[in-house]
Formats: sequence, structure tokens, C-alpha cells
Amino acid sequence: MKAETGAAATPATGGKAVAHSVAESSPGLRWLAGLVVVVYALVTMIPLVWILLTGFKTPQDSISYPPKVVFEPSLEGYVNLFTNRSRQTPEYMASLPPPETWYDKLVRSRNMVITGPSRFKDRYVNSVIIGFGSTFLAVFLGTLTAYAFSRFRVPLQDDLLFFILSTRMMPPIAVAIPIFLMFRELGLSDTHLGMILLYTAVNMSLSVWLLKGFMDEIPREYEEAAMVDGYTRLQAFFKVVLPQATTGIAATAIFCLIFAWNEYAFALLLTSGNAQTAPPFIPIIIGEGGLDWPAVAAGTTLFLLPVLIFTVMLRSHLLRGITFGAVRK
Amino acid sequence: MAEIEVRNVQKRFGEFVAVHDSSFTIRSGEFFVMLGPSGCGKTTTLRMIAGLELPTSGQILFDGEDVTFLRASRRDIAFMFQLFALYPHMKVFDNIAFPLKCHGVSRRERRRRVEETAALLRIEHFLHRRVSELAGGDRQRVALGRAIVREPRAFLMDEPLGALDTEMRELMCGELRTLHDRLHATTLYVTHDQMEAMSMADRIIVMNHGVIEQIGAPQEIYDRPRTMFVADFIGSPSMSFLRFEGAVRTGQSSVAVGEAVVEVPELRESRAHGALALGVRPEHVRFSDASALRGRVYGTEYLGTTQIVTVETDHGPIRARMSARQRVAPGENVGIECRPGHLVVFDAHDGRALDSGLFRRGADG
Ligand SMILES: Nc1ncnc2c1ncn2[C@@H]1O[C@H](COP(=O)(O)OP(=O)(O)OP(=O)(O)O)[C@@H](O)[C@H]1O
Ligand SMILES: [Mg+2]
Repeated sequence: MKAETGAAATPATGGKAVAHSVAESSPGLRWLAGLVVVVYALVTMIPLVWILLTGFKTPQDSISYPPKVVFEPSLEGYVNLFTNRSRQTPEYMASLPPPETWYDKLVRSRNMVITGPSRFKDRYVNSVIIGFGSTFLAVFLGTLTAYAFSRFRVPLQDDLLFFILSTRMMPPIAVAIPIFLMFRELGLSDTHLGMILLYTAVNMSLSVWLLKGFMDEIPREYEEAAMVDGYTRLQAFFKVVLPQATTGIAATAIFCLIFAWNEYAFALLLTSGNAQTAPPFIPIIIGEGGLDWPAVAAGTTLFLLPVLIFTVMLRSHLLRGITFGAVRK
Repeated sequence: MAEIEVRNVQKRFGEFVAVHDSSFTIRSGEFFVMLGPSGCGKTTTLRMIAGLELPTSGQILFDGEDVTFLRASRRDIAFMFQLFALYPHMKVFDNIAFPLKCHGVSRRERRRRVEETAALLRIEHFLHRRVSELAGGDRQRVALGRAIVREPRAFLMDEPLGALDTEMRELMCGELRTLHDRLHATTLYVTHDQMEAMSMADRIIVMNHGVIEQIGAPQEIYDRPRTMFVADFIGSPSMSFLRFEGAVRTGQSSVAVGEAVVEVPELRESRAHGALALGVRPEHVRFSDASALRGRVYGTEYLGTTQIVTVETDHGPIRARMSARQRVAPGENVGIECRPGHLVVFDAHDGRALDSGLFRRGADG
């Protein structure tokens, strides 16, 4: 699509060239390449599959040795993940009325009763709010910034771009203490707003730099034609530039979301109750009632889902975007 | 349709001057072609007229109204870009309708105008195709449709045919000129191809290194080049220059090129002794044994009915156009005679033509 820039259609070579060289090489080499890909995929998939399976095991099955690959699936991990339970004496258990739900029954079969919902759901919702909120902000601001850097003569442009990049030059955690103090002064500690602002700030460098590359790839003439035809610069930006930049925006959004979603250190340090996200919460499950691996695995599985869904949704854009604009060259 | 005046416009990019102090006027309804080699500032000039670039100094006027600081969307012009022609993600119909949409034209009116335009350009049959499925020539037609659909004050076209093959380009040249004769829209057309310029223009402006070299009708530019650059740039093959040293005085009607005395249109300008050049077009050169100006045939290039013969002289190579039936042998020593009425004497230092009877004739028409 991008390759077809009007009359002077430059053929899209970038991605194709790679495909060609593999397709045109000898069958033996192709077979080997296929094997490498399959093995690599297996190696990276095994832990994920293991987590997925463990989530459906009973605690006994999850720690049995040798590990069970075939087992009777159970939802105990998920029930444990979402509930708080307490162990009771057999006499007390016997005195209870019959269980009302399937999960009540499951818990009681372990000589326990449900005392209430766990905090996992709240943490998960926090993750969604903070992850997607900061991603939206970082991409939105990044798009505008990148467009400005790409199209206008900004004073000290190179220095500003370098400055934006330099925020990435040390591990974010190196500034954790100043940020911790700053947040405490500003009343941002343990708030959604604080975490959204923080993740947005950290992601800005990535989003500005990635998007600037994509913006540079969009011919100026696209919006200039629209401006000559009667749009203002802002209208041209929204109606012409943005549709052309969806590729880059999608790719950037995924990278930003992955960072914000997985971020652990800041979340551990700056949040405790109200705005805590899922990453610092999942290890707490381990600590609560002995080593409840199925619950941990269930939490991890659920935790992986949003990024997976988001990525799959933007997949068609991403396939182009991941080459970082090389398509047109 | 508007008259466009460019008044003392200059454009710098940092230290680099892309367009030097330039002034010219495009008359209402005129097909005005801006011609020049790559990098001479054609696109920059066009962009300033369109409002996509601010001049460093000077003014731009549409029908006498100063639009120098008016934004592009308010100037009511159509622009065909050098490389970009169409939005690849839209259908042909939507591409042509786009300028109307920008101006908030109603859906029904859009449909009517697009269909009208498509009929004019004979592209009705692919209105609903994707742009990416079209061949180069058809894309240019669509781009043209996009420009004319709105009936703007002026068309600005930046090498719209640059990406087409020769055959297609010639065809489109014809179509563009026909379209212009029908619409009589003020058109500023930019190209580096002199054939395109010659075949379409009412008037041509020749630019080089951001400087206007000459403005005039195609015939005038061809017959009476004001500078050596124009003489060299226009014509295929271009004008030949016989370089010689000498002094000339007003009223003189011949110059001494080495031993030979060559008759020229009466000069109206004097020059102290210095480097001069005599410009002569191939079709004004004949072989004549009697001539004192002699040279050796270097080679010939056959062009079907005519041939171009290059002759090496002591004053540089000179090309002659003659009938292909005339026999010429390489290495042959020949005498050269030039048709007097069409010669131009240039000051070889600054490349300017010396004023002469030739230009007076031009002034009379
Ligand atoms: N934005 C810019 N910044 C710096 N220099 C520029 C800019 N735009 C154009 N130039 C320079 O100005 C000169 C004229 O450029 P311009 O694009 O007007 O040439 P042109 O006549 O259209 O050439 P072409 O036939 O190659 O399109 C060139 O040397 C170019 O490098
Ligand atoms: Mg140009």
C-alpha cells in the first residue's frame, strides 16, 4: 500500500527481497531454515504452554515428579486466584449448609471455605487502566511530537531529540528514589494518574523516535496536496497523515503497552493498595498460602492475555510496521 | 481565472539561495511553462506560489491581491506534485472527489462533478478501481481530474509527466494542451524537458541556478536566446558555439572568426577585446567549399530524413543538420557557411547575448 505512492511507484523491495532469497535457495537450505524456525518456536513456546497447562492442574499435580503432561484438568488454580480462603476444622465444615456453587464445592473439598474475593481482580483492572491509559497518552503525544519534528524546523531539533532519547540511557529504576520522593510530595503515590504519567514519560522516547521514523516515511506531499485542496494543516493531519501512519502507530502502541503492562519495579515501589498493578501482585500469591503454583500460573495466563489480544488485533498493521518503514525504500 | 504575479521573490535555505530575486507575471488563461535543469529552483518557486513555502523576501500576487502570507488552502489553486499524484488508499472516485470534500461540497454535487470530470478525461470506466491497480498514464489522468474537478483559480503542475515513458508522455502532452484550450485555465507547468515545454507552452520561463534566464514564447526562446545557457538548453541538438577572441562595435554586421569573416545581424552593442562566441543552430549551417571557415567532419548521426553532422573546427565543434541523402565522410575537410539572419553573438564571459538586429526583430513581433 505504501509502495504505491502515485505515479512514481517505487516497488516494495524491503520485505520481498528477504522472502525471495529464502524461496530461491536450494531445498536443503530451505528445509534447514524451516527446522530452525520450528525448533526456535518450540523452545520459546514451551514455557508458555507449561504455564497455561499448570493453571489447569491441581496443586498436587503441579508439583508431582516426573511432571504430568496428561492430567485431569481442574479450575482450582483460577478459583484460588480470585478468592481468599481459610482452612477449617472438619467439625465446622460438617456444620455448614451444602455448597451453593461449583467453586464453593471445590474449595470445601480441600477443607477450606471462601472468605471473600481476592484482590487480583482489582489489580488486574488497575493494570488495564494504567497500561492502556499510558499507552494511549504516549502514542497520542508521541504522534504529535514526531509529526512536528518531522515536518517543521524546530529550533534545536537535534538536541531535543537527543534529550528525549537520553531519558532511556539509564535503567528507569535508577531514578526511582527521586521519583518516589517527587510522587510523595505531589500526592501522586499509589494513584492511577501518577502511574499513567510515569509510564507515559518513560514510553515517550520510544514512541517519539519510532514514530518520527514513520512520519519521515510519509511523503510531505500527502498533506500538502490536502492543504492545497482546502484542508487546514490540522485537518490534513487527521484525515490524511494519520491513516497513512496507522502502521507505525500500531507498532508503537504495542511496544508501549508491553512495557507499561510488564513494568514491575516502579509498580512495586510506588504503589501498594489503590493503584497496584498485576505484576507486583502475582508474586504475592506465592507468599500467601504456600506454593500455590496453579494459582500463580492462572494469574500469569490471564496476565498475558490482553497483550496477546491487543497484538493479534493490530497484527495486520504490525506486519508492515515491524520493518520500521523499510517497506518504501 | 487569475493572473499570477511574482514580484522580487527570493528564497534562501540557510545560506543557500534556491531562488534569486525573481519577477515574472503569468497572464490570465495562459499556459506558462517553467523550464530548467534539475535543482534550479522550479519546485521551490512553484511551492511559494502555492503557499507551501514562504518566500524569504518579495511578494506574490493573484489578480493584484497580495497572497504572500495567505495559507495554501485559501489560495484556491490546484497543485499536481512531482512524485506524489494520488492517495493510494482511496478509490479513483474518492481521489478525484477529495478536493471537493475539502471544500465541503455536498455529496450529490460531488458525484455530479466527478462524473463530469471523468467524462472529460475519458476515465469513467475506472472510477471505482483502486489507484494501485492503474497504469502510470491513467494515474496521471486521475491526478489531472483531481486538479480540474474544482475549477480553481490556477493550476500548478510540477513535472506531472516525469514518471511516464516517452510515448505516454507525448500522448499526455497533447491531451493536456487540448484540455487547456478547452478550459483556458491559468496554468504554470514545471518541467526539465524542453520538448514538453516547446510543444505545450504559450510562454516559457527558463531558469538556471535560481536565476531567470529568459521569458518568452517558445519560438522566441528558440530563435533569439538571450544567454548561452538558454541557447544550449533549448533545441535538440542544441546551438553550437564557435569561440573566438575579438572586439565588436555597434553597427558592425560581421565578425571575424579567426580568418573567416561571418555575416551577423547588425550589432547594437560594443565590446572591448575579449572572449566571444558565435551561436549557430544546426539547421542554419551549410557546407560550402568557398567558405574560409573550415573544419574536419567528426561524425554523423542519422535521424531518418535528416542527419546531424559534427564538424571539428579550430573554434570548437559545430553541428549541422542536413538531408540524410547528402554523402559525408568522416575526416573530410569541409567549408562551413552559416545563414546570416539567425546568428547570435555572445559575450563568452558572462554568457549574455550581445544586442543585435535579431532581437529588434523579436521586439517588433
Ligand atoms: N527544504 C529545503 N532545504 C534546503 N534546500 C532545499 C530545500 N528545498 C530545496 N532545496 C534546494 O534548493 C534547490 C532547488 O530545489 P528545487 O526542488 O526547487 O529544484 P527543481 O528545479 O525542482 O529540481 P528538480 O528538477 O530536481 O525537481 C536545490 O538545490 C535543493 O537542494
Ligand atoms: Mg522539482
